Amino acid sequence: MKKLACLALALLIALSLGTAVNAKSLNLAMDADPVSLDPQVQLSGGMLQYSHMVFDPLVRWTKEMTFEPRLAERWERIDENTVRFYLRKGVTFHSGNPFTAKDIVWTVDRLKRSQDFKGLFEPFVGAAAVDDHTVDLVTKKPYPLLLNMSTYIFAMDSVFYTGTDERGLPKDAIVKTGYSFANVNESGTGKYRVTHREQGVRNVFEAYKNYWDAESPGNVDTIILTPIKKDATRVAALLSGDVDFIMPVPPQDYDRIAATDGVKLATMPGSRVITFQLNQKRREEFTNPKVRQAIVYAVNNEGIAEKIMKGKATAAGQQAPEGYLGYVEELKPRYDLAKARKLMKEAGYPKGFECTMIAPNNRYVNDDKIAEAVVSMLGRINIKVNLKTMPKAQYWDQFDAQTADIQMIGWHPDTEDSANYTEFLLMCPNKETGYGQYNSGNYCNPKVDELILACQSETDRDKRAAMLQEVERILHNDAAFVPLHWQHLSWAGKDALNILPIVNVMNFPYFGDLVID
Amino acid sequence: MVAFIIRRIVQAFLVMFIISSIGFAIKHNVGDPVWQITGISVSKAERERIREQLGLNDPVYIQYINFLKNAAHGDLGQSYFYKKPAADVILDKAPATLELVLVSSMIIVVLSIPLGVYAAIYPKRIFSRVVMGGSIVGVSIPVFLIAIMGVYLFSVHLGWLPSFGRGATVNVGGWRTGFLTVDGWLHLILPSLSLSSIMLPLFIRLIRSEMMEVLESDYIRYAWAKGLKKYRIWFLHAFKNTLLPVITVGGVQLGITIAFTILTETVFQWQGLGFLFMEAVERSDTALLVAYLMFVGMIMVVVNTVVDIIYGVVNPTVRIAGTK
Repeated sequence: MKKLACLALALLIALSLGTAVNAKSLNLAMDADPVSLDPQVQLSGGMLQYSHMVFDPLVRWTKEMTFEPRLAERWERIDENTVRFYLRKGVTFHSGNPFTAKDIVWTVDRLKRSQDFKGLFEPFVGAAAVDDHTVDLVTKKPYPLLLNMSTYIFAMDSVFYTGTDERGLPKDAIVKTGYSFANVNESGTGKYRVTHREQGVRNVFEAYKNYWDAESPGNVDTIILTPIKKDATRVAALLSGDVDFIMPVPPQDYDRIAATDGVKLATMPGSRVITFQLNQKRREEFTNPKVRQAIVYAVNNEGIAEKIMKGKATAAGQQAPEGYLGYVEELKPRYDLAKARKLMKEAGYPKGFECTMIAPNNRYVNDDKIAEAVVSMLGRINIKVNLKTMPKAQYWDQFDAQTADIQMIGWHPDTEDSANYTEFLLMCPNKETGYGQYNSGNYCNPKVDELILACQSETDRDKRAAMLQEVERILHNDAAFVPLHWQHLSWAGKDALNILPIVNVMNFPYFGDLVID
Repeated sequence: MVAFIIRRIVQAFLVMFIISSIGFAIKHNVGDPVWQITGISVSKAERERIREQLGLNDPVYIQYINFLKNAAHGDLGQSYFYKKPAADVILDKAPATLELVLVSSMIIVVLSIPLGVYAAIYPKRIFSRVVMGGSIVGVSIPVFLIAIMGVYLFSVHLGWLPSFGRGATVNVGGWRTGFLTVDGWLHLILPSLSLSSIMLPLFIRLIRSEMMEVLESDYIRYAWAKGLKKYRIWFLHAFKNTLLPVITVGGVQLGITIAFTILTETVFQWQGLGFLFMEAVERSDTALLVAYLMFVGMIMVVVNTVVDIIYGVVNPTVRIAGTK
């Protein structure tokens, strides 16, 4: 008992000391914590947020969607299939190993083996080291998105991850569901090292003292990341001062946080578009473009953005948001009930028809409420919709099996490029190539396919933009899908945190650059 | 006694077997785990390969036989999310839940017995009426709401208590305890109060009505007639018989309390079994799901066995079957 008392006392002292030292530390609450320490094990927002803390990419996105040098100081295109990167010198990994071109070659090789990343790196032949600090990225064909993909090349320490661990297993193995060396050990070049990890409970990141980026204004030495799953609890934790920063912020609490002293809300438009797909294989009616147009005209998506999303969404008339190459200024939301009714009459369905709809209820912000609103809006043009909502754990199976006539899907392009939306959501479904993987509407327009395939190897930015914009126009006129809105991103934190400079449309806050006053 | 315990162990295995088959039957309805462990842009072919690797394409009965074989060796399968054996994850999280349940059981015992006894002895006093009225209110407010209100009042508004988590814990031989730090105790207050809020009113009412009934019985009248001291009558003779049904109900309720931790733990981000179960359902972490159900099933069997033994001790007229 005496021993225990001593222990408790020691802990108390340690805790009080921790707060006495004047190092800036950040208590961060997200809805989930990283599923692994291996940046290549799963492609998800959470893992990329983690990767930006512990690793560094060759280049990264700025807030304005341009590229910012990180491990690559500069780059140049040396022929149509190759871009040469000149790497930063004097960078070391957390293990102390120096960072060289070999690590990039190794990282790209591993990305091409990773189950989640191999698809994105399919256009690449690989990386080739020219000398210790120069590396060439080679693609199979001219590839306009080479730099976009370089934001995913987070250098891993090839020496650290080579060989076998104490269990005799290869250290470079990528294991999704069990133990692997890389799942529980890290050596990146990033600002933070993982010093404590209790999965799902508490993760502690400490600044790496030999970090190369001395110019960053960031002054946070310790980040304690706690996952808080429940929205209300996460908000309460911020309001009570138990944590300094939360993401995401539930829309129903926007006003509350904005009105509370000492904390503030930061939001910005995002690029995840929420849509409905109208299945032309299941419903004859949906093969008629007039019916599809009538549905688009009947859906008051501005009303949804205003009322259900509390203004924290931008109503959409197309897939790509402003700032993307394919964005077309004049394609606006088109709510017009009279026109919708007229179109239904012209199509020969003045009395409407009955159909089914499915939507998730915990995947997108307010997804089930949005679906309910759309159901009642379609009721006004006499389309009676039977809606079923379900948790995301069950949803994707159903979506994939196309069990309903109208299905909801939201999409954020991994490439941050317009073509990605169409490749997954609206190209003719093709099992061999994998295009149209999430096209549950079975919309198929050869012209769209042709344009998207052509722009995949078009490196001239203007020509490419023209093609992508034409695609958006065709999709708009065909009413290929029902656009709802682009979700806004939201963060909230104490007033002392300068949140806006570190956040971006990808939702990877660059915590290394965070300044706390 | 030995025969009784052996019989209970056999029963426990039977219960676990049934629970595991039910768990297995429902696990195919909670969703496809492969969707949860891959990014959305992963190709169908790649996803199919992963499914094959995990053995999810085998017929259900083969999966179940494989599961039973492994379970016989103490291996309940791999948690996809934690990337560790499911049994390890459960054992890792069990202390959090057990400590929470222990503290709220203590609260229930410490409060319900005196309050219930008082209300039975002096049913007409104002304090008794207040207690009974309060218990009606308490039993009708959902635990979820009490938890949320508690957080908003004591954490957000007054700032007295932490709003989530277990706080600082100390690892004592693999058991991560929050009992040894002030911070740990502070974090325990709100969750354990909200968890006990559901059972406390019930026990107060139960003890009161049982006690009132016992106080009317003949042997108590004799005791009065014999001129025994009132405290001896109340707290020795009457109270002992009051306890019998309370123990039975308490045993069952202890199991239910463990189930109620799902709500409490979710609200407070309390990293215990209930929270784990919620997450496992959402993530289709099926191995973990089955392991949780089996673990809770085992606890239920153990608790009921202990209750039966205690029952025999408190009331010698009830003999445990199998003992001489």
